[in-house]
Amino acid sequence: MSTTKKIAGTVLAAALGVGTLTACGSDDTKDKGAAASGEPKSKTVTLVSHDSFNASEAILKEFEKQTGYTVKVVKSGDAGAALNQEILTKGKPRGDVFFGVDNTLLSRALDNGIFTPYEAKGLAGVGAAYQLDKEHRVTPVDTADICINYDKKYFADKKLAPPQTLDDLIKPEYKNLLVAENAATSSPGLGFLLATVGKYGEQGWQDYWSKLRANGVEVVDGWEQAYNERFSGSAGGKKAKGDRPLVVSYASSPPVEVLYAEPQPAEAPTGVSTGTCFRQIEFAGLLKGAKNEAGGKALLDFLISRGFQEDMPLNMFVNPVVQDAKLPEIFTKHGVVIEKPETVAPDTIAKNREQWVKSWTSLVVK
Amino acid sequence: MAVPLAFFALFFGWPVASIVGRGLKTDSGWQFGQIAEVLGRPDIAGVLWFTAWQALASTALTLLLALPAAYVFARFEFPGKQLLRAVVTVPFVLPTVVVGTAFLALVGRNGLADELWGVRLDTTVWAILLAHVFFNYAVVVRTVGGLWAQLDPRQEEAARVLGAGRFAAWRQVTLPALAPAVGAAALMVFLFTFSSFGVVQILGGPSYATLEVEVYRQTAQLLDLSTAAVLTLVQFAAVGMILAIHAWTVRRRETALRLVDPSGTAHRPRGLAQRALLGGVLLTIALLIVLPLGVLVERSFDEAGGYGLGYYRALQDAGATGTFLVPPLDAVGNSLRYALAATAIALLIGGLAAAALTRRAGPFVRGFDALLMLPLGVSAVTVGFGFLITLDEPPLDLRTSWILVPLAQALVGVPFVVRTMLPVLRAVDARLREAAAVLGASPWRAWREVDLPLVRRALLIAAGFAFAVSLGEFGATVFIARPDHPTLPVAVARLLGRAGELNYGQAMALSTILMLVCAVSLLLLERLRSDKTSGEF
Repeated sequence: MSTTKKIAGTVLAAALGVGTLTACGSDDTKDKGAAASGEPKSKTVTLVSHDSFNASEAILKEFEKQTGYTVKVVKSGDAGAALNQEILTKGKPRGDVFFGVDNTLLSRALDNGIFTPYEAKGLAGVGAAYQLDKEHRVTPVDTADICINYDKKYFADKKLAPPQTLDDLIKPEYKNLLVAENAATSSPGLGFLLATVGKYGEQGWQDYWSKLRANGVEVVDGWEQAYNERFSGSAGGKKAKGDRPLVVSYASSPPVEVLYAEPQPAEAPTGVSTGTCFRQIEFAGLLKGAKNEAGGKALLDFLISRGFQEDMPLNMFVNPVVQDAKLPEIFTKHGVVIEKPETVAPDTIAKNREQWVKSWTSLVVK
Repeated sequence: MAVPLAFFALFFGWPVASIVGRGLKTDSGWQFGQIAEVLGRPDIAGVLWFTAWQALASTALTLLLALPAAYVFARFEFPGKQLLRAVVTVPFVLPTVVVGTAFLALVGRNGLADELWGVRLDTTVWAILLAHVFFNYAVVVRTVGGLWAQLDPRQEEAARVLGAGRFAAWRQVTLPALAPAVGAAALMVFLFTFSSFGVVQILGGPSYATLEVEVYRQTAQLLDLSTAAVLTLVQFAAVGMILAIHAWTVRRRETALRLVDPSGTAHRPRGLAQRALLGGVLLTIALLIVLPLGVLVERSFDEAGGYGLGYYRALQDAGATGTFLVPPLDAVGNSLRYALAATAIALLIGGLAAAALTRRAGPFVRGFDALLMLPLGVSAVTVGFGFLITLDEPPLDLRTSWILVPLAQALVGVPFVVRTMLPVLRAVDARLREAAAVLGASPWRAWREVDLPLVRRALLIAAGFAFAVSLGEFGATVFIARPDHPTLPVAVARLLGRAGELNYGQAMALSTILMLVCAVSLLLLERLRSDKTSGEF
């Protein structure tokens, strides 16, 4: 009966697959082993974050060496989705520390009370402008500036100066050049909307966007499409024959273009319009109901230690919040420091975010 | 039946009911008034209308383009047939991010079609419809073609000998036999396009939204659970209605069929008409499927200084800058392991369910049949968020466990297993089983000796689908822990989420590898199913 043999073979192969898979679960077994041999209860501290979280292996080892805790990372979707999952699982969190709530969503996290206050060691070294919660339910960890990026080659070829401010973008010489993200579905998209709110006020931003729309702004759903498909200055956009030389991205995007090019060019192919930026600040906090509170506190201390702060830029392409942390050379050489980003107070954002996004959608998309 | 029922109750019914309940129940009791309120909103009505008509149009277009291919694959013998059958299934597993990229290169601004003829389809409904055909072509080719190859062509020939015209013979003999499979394929395509997410987001731009996109936005972005709950209920109702219509139209036509060995039904194309048909189908596949895939492959080699293997070599390093804790190439192993486990679960649950559905009848069983299809029409984010608030107590705190990945993937695989196996199982002549029983065989033995040889082929087709679905699944997988064990689609998405040439190139290279892994796995299955089975019939 060759059939029976074949079926048996298939089942066996499947079973082997399952067997191999269980090897993936070895972390848990390790934990149990530690508990059984009478060591302190949990040697693992779990960090819940969004998909963009990254840290070098060396720095995670360093944390283990300093504190004896191993970090386990749980990533769950983009920044908005990750936070909402924490709110849903309030009281029974999947980890000890949550990293990745930014100033646009901060109030939602605080109003839902998902964090236990803890004043991290080393907070004194963090810039006062970043410490938005006086009760220390959250600790600032990094900042990033959402800015217009431009394709240097396009503007050089056209002998046109790249735009520098939000006002420039509505001038006729920049007609049909900008691609932006949907403010309802993308965080750079929302950041750029907030930059215009910061600049033109709660009354004036709609007027600005009508002009921007009349000047031919294109809106796509996510950063990946805007940057990799439509923007003519990025590596992906060149291949995809993107024809928009202006895009909403980050101030750190030009150094990234240099870092991941082979061979690395002497100069970044893209630049940043410094008068168009919105500053994002990302926070971490100790989750209520954390199983390993001591480990969570140690991790929060570590996140604002100089070692971790200097590891971040090349892993997440964000800026440190600790004042004496040094930036890598590739950042200082190819990046820019934004002196005066636009800001909107978190409370104001919390109160109006949904209404603004709704008005923006009917104004620009529909 | 108890096993599949328990599986669905635990990993689908309970999580989804909990999240919907959370949305509709507040401190002051159930808020059923919400339902009318949300449905009355003009933007929601627009979303409903768009969702329904684009799904109908996509299904019709897919059937139109893929049914001739189903015939060609079933009845004609031509070189490279197995390879081509695997190739048309590849799109099915590709992450929509990647496919969107390929499609934009063809029909977007400055795309190939724009350069040649000045045709641009991005942000139009046409791009969405074409991409849906691209994704679902294989569903029709494989489900309909699979059964078609097993129909005895001599029955149609007999009808013609008896004086029926070519069309009349086909309409009266072949069509009724095929109807359940066509119905099943159309249903699956409809459910997939009805709940379309990535395609609509990428190719439609922000101005088009399906129910699924809206549920995602309301749940994951806005945390407006009550609106999401109402929309989920609407999607439930719509899917339930479709399933009811399907059951009603198909059930009446299902009869025992004379199934034969497929290797005897196919022949080389004869005459001009048959050659033209084959040529037409091959051309459609080349334009619709091979060309977009080719664009991705081309880009994976396209380095700054000309074509080369640099991006592939880069996949072997974890990278000094740590986009990954492990080399991206490890994702191949992870994907295969998860997909194998998910396929095993889906075959077990789906196989048991299909067997139960063949043996018994009655309204309860019919309801169960519909229940098994529901996961195809319910958004991944609803299930994912449901998992979060239900599976949070030991021993079922699975929220950060690896097993959640194959479980979630199997939920989508099971409907394929059931749908592919059911028409074949129902077509098995009960008298064969009865004869075996009369001759003293136990029910288990009768099943093994009678049903199994006949359904082995369907089982392998089903396994192929379940495997492909799991390999390409993204929505649920991305929610689930373990950054040190990314699957291929998750790794591709992570690379695309970064600026820089090397990241983009690696994403294209990894997508090419995903295609290859899928094609090779399916080719292996093809070999299994076309092994000399003739002796067993």
